[in-house]
Amino acid sequence: MAVPRLSVGPSLVATRSWLHRIGTSLYLRPRLLLALLLGPPLVWLLVVYLGSLSSLILQSFYHLDPFTGQVIRRLTLDTYRDLLTPAHLEIFGRTAAMAAAVSVATAVFAFPLAYYVARYASPRVKGLLYLAILLPLWSSYLVRVYSWRLILAKEGILHWFFATANLEWLLDSVLKLPVIGGPSLSVSFLGIFIVFVYVWMPYMVLPIQASLERVPQSLLEASGDLGALPGQTFRHVTLPLAVPGVLAGSIFTFSLTLGDFVVPYSLGNSSYFIGQAVLSFTGTAFNIPLAAAFTVVPMAIMAVYLIAARRLGALDAL
Amino acid sequence: MPSKALPPSARRRTPRGLAMASLAAVLFLNVPFAFIVLYAFTTDDATFTFPPPGLTLKWFAVAWNRPDVWSALGLSLRVAALATGVALVLGTLAAAAVYRTKFFGREAVSFLLVLPLALPGIVSGIALRSAIGLLDLTFSYWTIVIGHATFCMVVVYNNVLARFRRSGRSQIEASMDLGANGFQTFRHIVLPILATALLAGGILAFALSFDEIVVTTFTSGHQETLPIWMFSQLTKPRQRPVTNVVAVFVVAITAIPILIAHRLTQRASE
Amino acid sequence: MNPGSTPPAIRFRSVSRLFGDMRAVDDLSLDILDGEFFTFLGPSGSGKTTCLRLIAGFDQPTSGSIELHGSDVTSLPPYEREVNTVFQDYALFPHMTVAENIAYGLMIRKVPKGDRARQVREMLDLVRMPGMEARKPSQLSGGQRQRVALGRALILRPRVLLLDEPLGALDLKLRQQMQVELKAIQQKVGITFLYVTHDQEEALTMSDRIAVINRGRIEQIGSPADLYEHPATPFVADFVGVSNLIVGPLAMSLTGSADTFAIRPEKIQILPADSKPPDGRVTLEGQIREVVYLGMITRYLVAIEGGHELTVIKQNRDTTSMEVLAARSQRVLLAWDPQYHRRLAPEAS
Repeated sequence: MAVPRLSVGPSLVATRSWLHRIGTSLYLRPRLLLALLLGPPLVWLLVVYLGSLSSLILQSFYHLDPFTGQVIRRLTLDTYRDLLTPAHLEIFGRTAAMAAAVSVATAVFAFPLAYYVARYASPRVKGLLYLAILLPLWSSYLVRVYSWRLILAKEGILHWFFATANLEWLLDSVLKLPVIGGPSLSVSFLGIFIVFVYVWMPYMVLPIQASLERVPQSLLEASGDLGALPGQTFRHVTLPLAVPGVLAGSIFTFSLTLGDFVVPYSLGNSSYFIGQAVLSFTGTAFNIPLAAAFTVVPMAIMAVYLIAARRLGALDAL
Repeated sequence: MPSKALPPSARRRTPRGLAMASLAAVLFLNVPFAFIVLYAFTTDDATFTFPPPGLTLKWFAVAWNRPDVWSALGLSLRVAALATGVALVLGTLAAAAVYRTKFFGREAVSFLLVLPLALPGIVSGIALRSAIGLLDLTFSYWTIVIGHATFCMVVVYNNVLARFRRSGRSQIEASMDLGANGFQTFRHIVLPILATALLAGGILAFALSFDEIVVTTFTSGHQETLPIWMFSQLTKPRQRPVTNVVAVFVVAITAIPILIAHRLTQRASE
Repeated sequence: MNPGSTPPAIRFRSVSRLFGDMRAVDDLSLDILDGEFFTFLGPSGSGKTTCLRLIAGFDQPTSGSIELHGSDVTSLPPYEREVNTVFQDYALFPHMTVAENIAYGLMIRKVPKGDRARQVREMLDLVRMPGMEARKPSQLSGGQRQRVALGRALILRPRVLLLDEPLGALDLKLRQQMQVELKAIQQKVGITFLYVTHDQEEALTMSDRIAVINRGRIEQIGSPADLYEHPATPFVADFVGVSNLIVGPLAMSLTGSADTFAIRPEKIQILPADSKPPDGRVTLEGQIREVVYLGMITRYLVAIEGGHELTVIKQNRDTTSMEVLAARSQRVLLAWDPQYHRRLAPEAS
């Protein structure tokens, strides 16, 4: 074929346009290019996000004068002191207890499904199950909470089911339980608990499944080879290796429950959770400092939780 | 999300107990929505009686004629559109910067870009609220958009960064080697490769913004996006099935694009 | 080629590239002549790929300058230099067809469509992939992708083509076939090829001249025969082919001088222990410690006095594997012609 020796190829049309020159000078100045790329998003995040987080902390050190109703912009610990009233402490305790209960329950219910998907499901079934787990996650969160209001209502499906199965007495005795019971499932801590487990379950299934998948088959075979029964292999090999996934999932469930106001609002009574309290303080009470101080509490709890979880290896499972 | 199937396990028979527990979990996750759909057709407009006394299509028409539904929908769409637009630009810039260069403080920046989604919504919400209070700003369309754009940016950033990591830098060098300057390389090589990531990221950001309630509650004052409208309907006894109709519509409008986005990222990783 | 009449295709003038404290390229100067097949040969981390990237423009030297055909290109971006690169991972654009990939440079230069199609067809013929215009890179094998990458670079008729270990991912047979083809294409097209590899056999097969690079510095430049027959340093002696290094007291006793020298394994004759020492040869007694049968040849590890070991290679022309493996732990006499001694410059610190 005729490629002439040493012929010069088609030359670059002298595109010495100003755009070209700018591009070249940027190429030769990588730091300037970096500043242009990183600048806008970084400035936005620093100003909007870190800025508002700092104003949150700052506001928590201000105090609302109970007489004038004005926020006094002077640093003080009075607002934090307000946190220590029995009513407020009850709110913290209630929310933390719910978060813990929800985390445990989701872990227990999510584990079989995660185990099945990780170790037994064929690729086709696995794809379908992924959709079945993720679809609720993608659907509107509010709609999902609302759907339970429907189901748990006194005239709704669940009560109807108990009635038709002649198990009404069972439902009534559960509802009469102190603390978690209530006039109906849709206005009770039990109801709140059920809905929390429902909405956060996908957040627990996925990390557990991921960490189970990371257990190489060869480890289980080695355990069997060394004489362990399937149950023992599960207890001594699989379960400990799945714990980081459980912890990772619990980070989500705990943190999300701590801060949520939608679920308690939809299914609760006047016993406030942290989220509702914060919302109420920003409403008619207009006590932003107190709302800020309130929010710092779950932040602090989660910080401690995260440090502990990281020490236990949960963050590698994410 | 991509997972490796373990061949030996797939050949084993699943223990009955495990299969039933898994099935129960899957049903638990998905059946409740079916009831929402059911109750969109009930004739009972004040309670959630089961079984529904009758079925009708009229609530669709009623919802169509409710002005508050339309204005809430309109606001949600406008907010999501602008927030997604801002997020696409800022998220892509950030991903390009983090991917291209090892700079001092890169880990800190990556961490910063995770926070808006990692911290619970209420923290972001009240933080923005206190900033608005301190600066004596008024609530408006813009306060909502700023809040949404912040976490939408993170979604786009993750998608674009993942795509960058999968494609490697030698193609960009090859393009420059063959005579294309930075802009031409961006137009012919970078943009087509990023296209699916931008689309997927944009869809997810849009859906996230459309559905968001917690941060929006704190940044919206008296304005009503669709989720806020729904939230306010929870305690109103009037015309309950309308809420169900809107709920079905919202799920359809967000779930379908997300399915598409999911498909896009799956196919691109093959 | 008469150096001095035309400027060298590539000239490095005291080029250094530092990454913090690490000298990836250390005060390197060399000339690469027009039309030659030149190879940078060295182990990983030696700086050879960095040199390539400096020529292509993906990296800027910390000091020194680079000239292409007499003009200083140090501050030019890659798209303004008349060199093209074939990348190690081929870097084909996944969203474009083979034809679009190859024509990319032409498209950027605004060559009209009809012309582009014709040139693509001709180039596909040259790299022996006719008719593959519509395929996508994901549908091609490694060897095919490599040819498309080559075609994409060659179609622009650069005056210099840079190849960064392009055959590393291919299996042995294919690699050997491609080596022959690349050499043939280079001679047909007549442009300067700058090849980077760590595989010394590859370098010896294809190159007109080789620069052996170690830790950012040039150890030796020369033709393949030069490097093999007359290695200048211990590093070259050991990197290009296999060598026995004779040092210190043993060197003294064999040659009368304490200078280090090398002797190639195939130059050593291996004889039964009781043989009469041949005239004019250096001889040494030893015992076979290990025998490795490699089909074509056999490799012997022979223990000699002072705890040293020499490698001897012998062609299996008249022996079978059984006979050869039975030689283990036999006492032997090694003999070689002292004209094959290669005195080496002491290794730099």
